Amino acid sequence: MADLSIAARTAPYRAVLAARIRAQRTYRSNFLLDLASSLLIGLVELAEVWVVFRSVDSLGGLDLAAIVLVFGLADVAYSLADLAFGHCDTLPTYLRAGTLDVFYLRPQPLLLQLVTSDISLRRLARAGVGVVAVVVGLSINDIAWSASAVGLLVLSLASGVATFAAMFVWAAGAQFFLLDGAEATNAFVYGGRYAATQPASVWDRPLKVVFGFFFPMAFAAYLPVVTLLGLPGSEWMPSWLGWCAPLAALWMWGLALLTWRTGVRHYQGGGG
Amino acid sequence: MFVRAYVRLLVAGFRRQSTYRLAALGGLVANTTFGLLKVALLFAAIDASGGELAGYDAATMSTYIWISQGLLGSVNLSGRTEVADRIRTGDISVDFLRPLDVHLASITSEVGRALFALIPRGVPAVAIGALLVGMAVPDSPAAYVVGAVSLVLGIVLSAATVYLVGACGFWLVETRGIAILYMIVSGFLAGLFVPIAMFPDWLHTVATATPFPSMMMYPIDILSGRVDGAESLGLVALQVGWLVLVLGVGQLATRAGRRRLEVQGG
Repeated sequence: MADLSIAARTAPYRAVLAARIRAQRTYRSNFLLDLASSLLIGLVELAEVWVVFRSVDSLGGLDLAAIVLVFGLADVAYSLADLAFGHCDTLPTYLRAGTLDVFYLRPQPLLLQLVTSDISLRRLARAGVGVVAVVVGLSINDIAWSASAVGLLVLSLASGVATFAAMFVWAAGAQFFLLDGAEATNAFVYGGRYAATQPASVWDRPLKVVFGFFFPMAFAAYLPVVTLLGLPGSEWMPSWLGWCAPLAALWMWGLALLTWRTGVRHYQGGGG
Repeated sequence: MFVRAYVRLLVAGFRRQSTYRLAALGGLVANTTFGLLKVALLFAAIDASGGELAGYDAATMSTYIWISQGLLGSVNLSGRTEVADRIRTGDISVDFLRPLDVHLASITSEVGRALFALIPRGVPAVAIGALLVGMAVPDSPAAYVVGAVSLVLGIVLSAATVYLVGACGFWLVETRGIAILYMIVSGFLAGLFVPIAMFPDWLHTVATATPFPSMMMYPIDILSGRVDGAESLGLVALQVGWLVLVLGVGQLATRAGRRRLEVQGG
């Protein structure tokens, strides 16, 4: 086994993903409807932010232009993570039906199988909304362009995707214990997505602890934008903290893998 | 006799929902988290605009946030219904054999479940909001009665409207796509994300031309005391109007669908 090349090792995963992509494109009208819905979800979420910010000059130190950039970065990161890891939230269905046991029988790591068991191409439409928001946000804000600004942007986007991906894995790990209580993890996964599009400076201390640091949602978009635009920081969140986004992603992955491992060991089988 | 069958359906729906306790707790955690995030953002917005925003001060905004979160288990803004599954699988043909109106029976049991959800999700969400943040309540006792009537009307209207999404299945079989569209549009226009009073005029006009604000926004406006007296009665009348219209369409769709129904396999 050890002498297998990477191509040979990833062949099973690639075969599954290619089949999933073909399957989604087979039902063309359904796929187009899915794409349209995803696009609409992105637009409505942007509209929600816009409705709040159009009525005030600035909120938590951000004006409409800045929040568009925050929204865009957070949404691109979330959509890309959702594209690859989002179906981890089908785990409770597998657990209840007992079909997870099949995954255990295959000679491949469980998490890798779950992640590569599907890919949701429709999320691309939603990422499209985010990309447009980022492009618009970058052009209407007054940014001092430099190599470090570009570096910060790339770094924060990569970290944001990693952080959201880790959130999905963490939630999946917690499902082994929660089963019917899946909505409790939604509070942090989808609540986290919502939190990531907000100016973290308006949060009180408990919210800062939960969504600023424990689930590092403020690092996905808000803090990098504060650093990029040179805005003043807020309590507990100095303006240089945006550079620490990769640390936040590492922390979240640590938490995610620990939860996942504990969950997998806790699992007793579906019976039957 | 005839009414008793529907009362039993209502009670059965109510009791069925009572078995999903852990799910209700999970939902409550989610509602509370979203509620706290919205409090932070919308309170900051009210502060930034000098203590009042689109007719809301901090106390009425708090009422809006916590009642809207608490109603999430009861007002169906997800577009998913049992009747959609029964049409797709063909089980609905059995329902047509029963001596009950399929349309009304389906709505009744949905309302039963929705009313139960007020206990584990509605009341605690509002209590948490009242304890942690504080909220505005109406002054006159009559407003509570009108508010309660409006709340129940909103729940029934949401069940009756979402039934129409399921009834599309008579023609389309698979209604998942429509349910998702319904979820996106209904939540936004019902005022789940931000109160519709904050919408720009054109969007506000669009929202009030749909039944969605009647499901959530109007009951909340009455229960927060933002709207009272004759105006609140006007909102209730509007809700009744929408309910009659939606129920009428549902009756017609069910009759037409019954003739159209094609059960596959066998």
